[in-house]
Amino acid sequence: MLGLGVDRLRADMNRLLAILFHQGVLDEQFLQLQQLQDESSPNFVFEVVTIYFRESEKLLRILRDNLSDREFSDYAKMGIHLNQFLGSSSSIGAKRVRNVCVAFRTASEQNNRLGCLRALELLEHEYCFLKNKLYELFQLEQQRSMAAGVRYPAQH
Amino acid sequence: MGMATDTQFHVLAVDDSLIDRKLIERLLKTSSYQVTTVDSGIKALEFLGLQDDERNDTNSPSLSPDHHQEIEVNLIITDYCMPGMTGYDLLKKIKTSSSLRDIPVVIMSSENVPSRINRCLEEGAEEFFLKPVQLADVNRLKPHLLKRKTRDESHVQTPSPLQQQQQQQQQQQDQQFLQQQPQPQQSNNNKRKALDEALSPERTRPRYNGITTVV
Repeated sequence: MLGLGVDRLRADMNRLLAILFHQGVLDEQFLQLQQLQDESSPNFVFEVVTIYFRESEKLLRILRDNLSDREFSDYAKMGIHLNQFLGSSSSIGAKRVRNVCVAFRTASEQNNRLGCLRALELLEHEYCFLKNKLYELFQLEQQRSMAAGVRYPAQH
Repeated sequence: MGMATDTQFHVLAVDDSLIDRKLIERLLKTSSYQVTTVDSGIKALEFLGLQDDERNDTNSPSLSPDHHQEIEVNLIITDYCMPGMTGYDLLKKIKTSSSLRDIPVVIMSSENVPSRINRCLEEGAEEFFLKPVQLADVNRLKPHLLKRKTRDESHVQTPSPLQQQQQQQQQQQDQQFLQQQPQPQQSNNNKRKALDEALSPERTRPRYNGITTVV
């Protein structure tokens, strides 16, 4: 029975990943992260993604604060934040978030406050979606490794 | 130089992004390199033992270049876009330092700008990697490290300061000679690959594809 649980969980994980790839939420860079995970660094993906979440939420707060201020005009500084967000999203394979950053950056280069506000909303939405899906993935992975851990060693 | 022949190569990675530092560290460790990461060019220079006020080639005769470096670094890989000292600035500092100029330097960048790539290669960078860096890129580092090792191993005994100076001059001449020769095919192809990837519209790794996002 436990064996079935592990296989089903793995199938669920693969299905979720396939959907995320198909929707363009993640790209091949995420696969690279997974490939870098091994016995010497068994939580690598989780660690990197956790850093990404922390940094992203800080950046989103800054962007939201900036654009809430009607007097805000330092679009160059905003561009620097967006480059950072863009870079880290690209590094973990968060394709859709990255693409919104590109559009956001274009709007900020044009000092287009309305365009920036719209981009920010889109960015917050995409980021939330990504975060939820990645948490789902991590939960499945955790369940799978717990179920796999109960198996007889010979069957591993 | 006191190098044990079987020690791992030591790479110094420089990037202001924590995520990218984690990534490059993992990539390098997976490829069996020893890794040190720092988050700025200034910290990199500190680590390499190069103080801000060091003047090139005015070392007193009693000091050998080795005394500046406590820890040996075999390769430096650095991000281009960093606040303060850019990767390019760091590259220049290294290549104009008498004690560090022989260390191969690789530049990473998320921006695909041919003029930037050319400038770095002209300044002496061995390779230019586009981010996100992948295992295939890290696999291209070995030839550059092995090339240095072969050259260094021919100077086994610790010479007198005068001999060292003569050796340095000889090394400089060798390096100039090497640079004038047609480079080995492989490393030429690697540099060209980075350039080609930058210049040609089609790429193995998709970039900016399918952007339908309109704001």
